[in-house]
Amino acid sequence: MPAMIPLAAHIEGIGVLGPGFADWVSAAAILSQAAPYVPAATVLPPPLALPPAERRRTGPVVKLALAVGFEATTRAGIERSTLATVFSSSGGDGFNCHEICQVLASSDRQLSPTRFHNSVHNVAAGYWSIAAGATAAANVLCAYDASFGAGLLEALTQVAVERTPVLLLAYDTQYPEPLNGKRSISDAFGVALVLVPNARAGTLAKLTAMLTDSGAERMSEPRLESMRVSIPAARSLPLLSKLARRESGRVTLDYLRHVRLALEVEPCR
Amino acid sequence: MTPLRLTRFTAVSAVGCGLGATLASLEEQRSGLAPCAFETVDVETHVGEVPGVDSIVLPRALQSFNCRNNRLAQLGLMQDGFSEAVAASVAHWGPKRVGVFLGTSTSGILETELAYRSRVPATGALPKDFNYAATHNSFSVADFVSQALHLEGPAAVVCTACSSSAKVFASAQRMISAGLIDAAVVGGVDSLCLTTLYGFHSLQLTSRVPCRPFDVARDGISIGEAAAFVLLERPPAHLDDDAIMLLGTGESSDAYHMSSPHPEGRGARASIQQALAAAELAPGDIDYINLHGTATVSNDSAEDLAVTAVFGTHTACSSTKGATGHALGAAGALEAVICALAIQQDLMPGGLRTTKVDPKLTLHYLCENHRATVRRALSNSFGFGGANCSLIFGRAA
Repeated sequence: MPAMIPLAAHIEGIGVLGPGFADWVSAAAILSQAAPYVPAATVLPPPLALPPAERRRTGPVVKLALAVGFEATTRAGIERSTLATVFSSSGGDGFNCHEICQVLASSDRQLSPTRFHNSVHNVAAGYWSIAAGATAAANVLCAYDASFGAGLLEALTQVAVERTPVLLLAYDTQYPEPLNGKRSISDAFGVALVLVPNARAGTLAKLTAMLTDSGAERMSEPRLESMRVSIPAARSLPLLSKLARRESGRVTLDYLRHVRLALEVEPCR
Repeated sequence: MTPLRLTRFTAVSAVGCGLGATLASLEEQRSGLAPCAFETVDVETHVGEVPGVDSIVLPRALQSFNCRNNRLAQLGLMQDGFSEAVAASVAHWGPKRVGVFLGTSTSGILETELAYRSRVPATGALPKDFNYAATHNSFSVADFVSQALHLEGPAAVVCTACSSSAKVFASAQRMISAGLIDAAVVGGVDSLCLTTLYGFHSLQLTSRVPCRPFDVARDGISIGEAAAFVLLERPPAHLDDDAIMLLGTGESSDAYHMSSPHPEGRGARASIQQALAAAELAPGDIDYINLHGTATVSNDSAEDLAVTAVFGTHTACSSTKGATGHALGAAGALEAVICALAIQQDLMPGGLRTTKVDPKLTLHYLCENHRATVRRALSNSFGFGGANCSLIFGRAA
């Protein structure tokens, strides 16, 4: 077997948005039990970084991804235009998909061009690149319920192999009926991590990843555990909890049927 | 980067099922495009439909995955001893050391389109037998292929529209370089559906006639479908000289517009230059370029500027989309296989349907087949949202 490159990266910035989580600071307070968890529907801010013409066309997926991406990069103080990105989501814009399928099932199948271009899975990556002037590589993944693990693994291999900073954005939004009856996602949740190869003054923690057969860690708070299992991007919660509590040690995240992602976490400040 | 071996590759598209039929079509300059008669679609356009997809039966244990996209994937897996080659790779490396990275744009969305016609009248619910996760969801095809081939390594679907199945080569290469896996099944599967046929039509990007890449009268794409697979492996210590290798990958973003390329081909140029740098090659080392060449006015002019900025006007180029149609999320892998055939056969396939190359486009566009040594070939794939990828393939020696 060939030598493995340690799959390690340093976290420079975090962005979070979800039900009861307004940003990373409020999420960290809840996850470290400094503040109580108060359930509330996710509030998606308008994507102010986009030109007005583009802003009007964006749906919830773009608003969510841009919000967590800007939060994480602002906290990291990192230049966005040269930052490589990995986007990962378990599905696309459910409302947009519903509208398209309704039109295609009707007698008049004329689609709106905006609906069509918003239907691509990489819509958030396209708008991010425009909003951030980001011309580096952007990868866009889907691995259904394993999407957070797949995105993190892709981002970590980019950091480790290319020795380049990477912004990981994982996000999911709900589906309307009747799709919700077949694929239920409880609310919108997004997380973004700025991952860099070498520690700097502002580094939050070092992550080292490996594949494992062990089971994924659960959240002890039942409502947070319910969020973890009902939104694929919230499979990140056990990692976010460890980061919020500035604990060192191992955390295992959900990934595929045959394999999970074990992360060794070492806080840096 | 360290080159990887294309241990086995195969493709199914409108020009043929498997390498033999694909090569014969390329040699005879035969196009698979025909007037659209797909499903109930009433768009005046040509498509590259693969015959016989709907008669394919999935393995009994994987029936829940049954949809046109996975039937097309299954048809691909059955060609050229591909599944057997993967089984040998799994036996050699172990199932956890073989990953699967596939590209698609619409996966099995056709199932959802059809399900919306059969909603339960009283409740509006979708039919009971409709399975979102195993058909519509983008990951469905990777889950299906991974289970069909008994793989237990990392798996993901890349969804960057028309560059999806080019970018999978880069993801797999990084995972192999990192030592997480030793081999990967990469490729792309995209099948005809109403969303793309009506969607590209709404953007006025579909041509009424068979697409004419780089032609002065080009006026849009012809949508195709394809399944193309490559078994990428860490190369053994001793390689046959005629082994085909992945030599370099390049990826960039336009940061310009959701559905139009940067007019000067800024991102395209960056991805080409990155692929050359990764392969440690100079532009003069590339013998043939398989263009993205969609036959839209804007793609071909932007790609022309990008290619000529790097290569000048002498490197032989063509788009094979006049033969296969634009297989969207499967185009990158399909054209990677065509590049591998070009190298294996020393055949630069001429672009079909193009009668008068646009005089404003100055790259060296081949309208006829050209027999010459192809030691290295570059393939371009550019997607909506400005997602660009370039790949370089070459002979081992």
